[in-house]
Amino acid sequence: MEAYISLFVKAVFIENLALSFFLGMCTFIAVSKKISTAMGLGVAVMVVQAITVPANNVVYHALLKEDALSWLGITGVDLSFLALLSCIGMIAALVQILEMILDKFFPALYFALGVFLPLITVNCAILGGSLFMIERDYNFGESVTYGVGSGLGWALAITVMAGVREKLKYSDIPAGLQGLGITFITAGLMSLGFMAFSGIQL
Amino acid sequence: MSAILNDSILNDETKKVLTAPLVNDNPITLQVLGICSALAVTSQMSTSLIMALALTLVTAFSSAAISAIRNHIPSSIRIIVQMTIIASLVIVVDQVLKAFAYDVSKQLSVFVGLIITNCIVMGRAEGYAMKNPPLESFMDGIGNGLGYSLILVIVAFFRETLGSGKLLGIEVFKLTKDGGWYDPNGLMLLPPSAFFIIGLIIWGVRQWKPAQVEKVEFKIMSISHGEGGHH
Repeated sequence: MEAYISLFVKAVFIENLALSFFLGMCTFIAVSKKISTAMGLGVAVMVVQAITVPANNVVYHALLKEDALSWLGITGVDLSFLALLSCIGMIAALVQILEMILDKFFPALYFALGVFLPLITVNCAILGGSLFMIERDYNFGESVTYGVGSGLGWALAITVMAGVREKLKYSDIPAGLQGLGITFITAGLMSLGFMAFSGIQL
Repeated sequence: MSAILNDSILNDETKKVLTAPLVNDNPITLQVLGICSALAVTSQMSTSLIMALALTLVTAFSSAAISAIRNHIPSSIRIIVQMTIIASLVIVVDQVLKAFAYDVSKQLSVFVGLIITNCIVMGRAEGYAMKNPPLESFMDGIGNGLGYSLILVIVAFFRETLGSGKLLGIEVFKLTKDGGWYDPNGLMLLPPSAFFIIGLIIWGVRQWKPAQVEKVEFKIMSISHGEGGHH
């Protein structure tokens, strides 16, 4: 149990996907102008991440890994090079299914998250989470923890960023730094802040 | 170079799509695309160069391939088709790197795979290749890849020289621990420095090309002319 808690804290703070691996930066910069929108996207990312990482874990361990097909009586086959294609296909398919389920059963939630869902397929935080899961060879339990944790970390980062930017627009910034430039520097300062967590021993 | 550019094969349109993305329409500093990997792989020059090469090739060939079949793709499933083409090309790049440059491929870790979701590749496929013939799309891919590479190389140059006193692994500044004069700045090897350098590059470019400056959302009232407060 302790190992899972430690993995969770690590995924949220120390190895924050947005601020220490720069994943999902395009949407992080583009959709962080208002707290409410940022939070909506953050929640959507968290939900999708919590579903896709374990799903990709199952596919990888049951089909793609070296000798994974032995339950079918096929041995000596290593399909792990197909991981990239299967991960992105899985993500695209799951996002589509999630969109349909939300539309049918939770219309209110669909209207709140709906606009963000298509954006999520091409969010590198989602694919990055799955690829890290494969690279670090997580088992199923760890992949669930990592999925939820890394999604939460990303959501936290974008919400904080939006909070800072809402105040930032009232400040007097040199013309060339206006908008994108100052956003990058703010993200750098936040990343510096998050690095303080790296001293935590669990 | 100019002799080649003046050649009849490369007409004005081709020249434009090849050079515009370098400064005037740079994918990173202006279009805000593909920043993820630009920040993550730049702590060393060698990884940045490999990454830049990989992304340029993938963008060019995927744009050409998508453009070649653009009239046969039903628009409702075009994103999936584009993604499959891009993912296949990235798998090829990934396998080639694993075979011939294993160390670099280990250092790049997941970021080679993340070329699939790099917005530059998708953005060019969707924004240019779907409407233009293959040769121009190929050139557009190369041009945008080069614009990306330029920023990557600049960031990596500062991060590696200031952070470890080396460039491409060759010593530039002699470090104090080897009896030299330069005390390396450890921050340059850490993630925040990449944000700062890109922010400063954007500032520099926009100072040079004021047309790229963004509109102010909230105008701050000037009080120096006595306009405020006297009602």
